[in-house]
Amino acid sequence: MRFELTTDQRDFAASLESLLAAADTVAAARAWADGDHDAGLKLWQRLAEQGVTMLATEATPVEVCIAFEALGRHAVPGPWVESAAYLPVALGREVEGIGTVAAPRALDADIADEVYVAVDSALHTATAGAAYVSVDRSRHLFDVTPGGTVEHGDLAAAYDLAVLATAAQLLGAGERVLADAVTYVKQRKQFGREIGSYQAIKHHLADVRIALDFARPLVFGAALDPTPRSVSAAKVACADAAYLASRTGLQVHGAIGYTQEFDLSVWITRIRALVTAWGTPAEHRARILSTLVGA
Amino acid sequence: MDLELSNSELAFQAEARAWLAENVPAEPLPSLDTPEGFELHRQWEAKLSAARWSVVSWPEEYHGRAASLVEWIIFEEEYYRAGAPLRVGQNGIFLLSPILFEHGTQEQQDRFLPSMATGDKVWAQCWSEPEAGSDLASLKSTARRDDDRGGWVLNGQKIWCSRAALAHWGFGLFRSDPEALKHAGLTYFLFPLDADGVTVRPIAQLDGEAGFAEVFFDDVFVPDADVLGAPGDGWRVAMSTAGNERGLSLRSPGRFTAAADRLLALYDETPEGPNRTAATDGVVDAWIKAEAYRLYTWGTVSRLKDGGDIGAAGSVNKVWWSELDVALHETALDLLGPDAELESTWLDGYTFSLSGPIYAGTNEIQRNIIAERILGLPREPKGLQR
Ligand SMILES: Cc1cc2nc3c(=O)[nH]c(=O)nc-3n(C[C@H](O)[C@H](O)[C@H](O)COP(=O)(O)OP(=O)(O)OC[C@H]3O[C@@H](n4cnc5c(N)ncnc54)[C@H](O)[C@@H]3O)c2cc1C
Repeated sequence: MRFELTTDQRDFAASLESLLAAADTVAAARAWADGDHDAGLKLWQRLAEQGVTMLATEATPVEVCIAFEALGRHAVPGPWVESAAYLPVALGREVEGIGTVAAPRALDADIADEVYVAVDSALHTATAGAAYVSVDRSRHLFDVTPGGTVEHGDLAAAYDLAVLATAAQLLGAGERVLADAVTYVKQRKQFGREIGSYQAIKHHLADVRIALDFARPLVFGAALDPTPRSVSAAKVACADAAYLASRTGLQVHGAIGYTQEFDLSVWITRIRALVTAWGTPAEHRARILSTLVGA
Repeated sequence: MDLELSNSELAFQAEARAWLAENVPAEPLPSLDTPEGFELHRQWEAKLSAARWSVVSWPEEYHGRAASLVEWIIFEEEYYRAGAPLRVGQNGIFLLSPILFEHGTQEQQDRFLPSMATGDKVWAQCWSEPEAGSDLASLKSTARRDDDRGGWVLNGQKIWCSRAALAHWGFGLFRSDPEALKHAGLTYFLFPLDADGVTVRPIAQLDGEAGFAEVFFDDVFVPDADVLGAPGDGWRVAMSTAGNERGLSLRSPGRFTAAADRLLALYDETPEGPNRTAATDGVVDAWIKAEAYRLYTWGTVSRLKDGGDIGAAGSVNKVWWSELDVALHETALDLLGPDAELESTWLDGYTFSLSGPIYAGTNEIQRNIIAERILGLPREPKGLQR
């Protein structure tokens, strides 16, 4: 038993981190929101070169979670969960280019090379219809109309990996909000003191630390043994922890946090959207419960 | 002890309800932070005012009905129940006008109140500065005496001024005596937002709309006639608005009881399933909290009628309504399930609710006030003051 990342896994995490930290991912997300996909697509290409799009078929869910945590930490835009978690398992192959799938609406179907929808445990190609605006302006969502069926693998396992990847993304986003909030409260002064020296602020942020610390083991535990129950538990815990991070992050920033131009807004809106993406917390709790009682 | 409304209050309620039922726009107006929505909201204010519903508690000579506090609360309850538009004039009507009535000269009252009541002139509150948020008294914008012209010259920067992107006039505090200690030496000014030397830069909020703005002052001349209260007395004058904002006037119970009713309707139309089941307690709690706020407010009103003042209880009030508002909207999003992230009036309400624990004095500051002034706990040490 050693419930820690291996050296190779750590190195992988570090290499993704340095790639993403050097890329202006927030600018890419903002441009993506405005319908300008260039920077986001370049980023997609570079991450694909690092192997992120083949992790679901070639590596283990642990590597998938490492990658998605990094994507969440850096607010990378695009249908990553769909293209690099769900579809590779559903299709039994890596997606060349960008794929998406309705869940229940298809993310970024306007720019995807392949669009799918699962209907009654069969996988269909699909065409995009009406567009919707999300609280996260970088998430362009579309209704889809199913076309013909395609050969598919284990759709339940595909769903579970998508849920887990979403959980990992939330974990990364929550960590980022906490880190930025901590930096901010050390530097912002009111009443002649750093606001981080007020106990009210300390306790708010300490609660976020605790929530994230107990969400993480559920993510990696589920990565080692992905079952409907384990991935749902990870999703619930990460949604709660990341949401707490976003509420707290906003509160300790004060009014500046409530502006669109301040980058915190990118994570606040992303977290709000991911909380209900790939199953709401209530749906996942119900799924967990059904495996624990009355079976 | 009773909660009975008098016959005249019941008549007032019936009249308000009937008028609103006739006149509230069937379709919600576009957001008041867009130019189009701003104009439509002003037209709505004009319509309200023509029927003398825009400032019910003001004296009749200023378009009001001299309504009592009880009647004002009744009106607000009816207003939100009817789903009427947000009040674009709220900062002037609810935050500035009480000060104008208390500290303004007759000339100022005659000059400013009528156009405020009709929505012709919309006011923005310009208090915060980049470095002076919670610690408002540390504000640095200055007012320099200009005896030749009989007035003051303003310099500096204000920020987060709601509605300022489109509003006509602003009110704010400036440091008129650089030698005086923190809270002393501040003066309360009224100024047109298109005055020479004023630059307004709209700031987009979380939802992308320019709900507030930064206002820069570069040698802006303000005549003595536009000073509110005595020079140097601005802090005391302003604090009467802060009490109002946290206390009753900014967020009356009607707003939340109406929202709780809409939440119940949403619950009713949500299909059976985990999202609905999980939201059940939240739905009922929203109703309970709104009901508690409604009753609590009748208590506050009764004490005010007996000559009491709100004082630090305004902080208790503010924490309650702002947290109730967040919880209520979170529950609505829970009910919406996978659609929660999509644009909707619930999502708009949710996003706005997130700012409630920040504006009108953050909830951390309110809790400090509750702990120190109501519970009598020792103060937290502060840093070096200027
Ligand atoms: C939607 C919105 C509308 C607004 N409208 C207006 C307006 O019309 N006019 C106007 O002038 N201003 C307006 N404001 C600004 C508002 O008044 C300020 O945001 C508020 O006073 C807090 O100041 P700040 O944002 O600088 O945060 P800061 O004061 O920097 O606070 C940051 C964090 O530190 C905490 N903190 C600070 N001091 C302490 C302490 N002593 N103990 C514990 N915690 C502390 C705060 O609670 C907060 O969590 C608005 C703000 C918002 C969000």
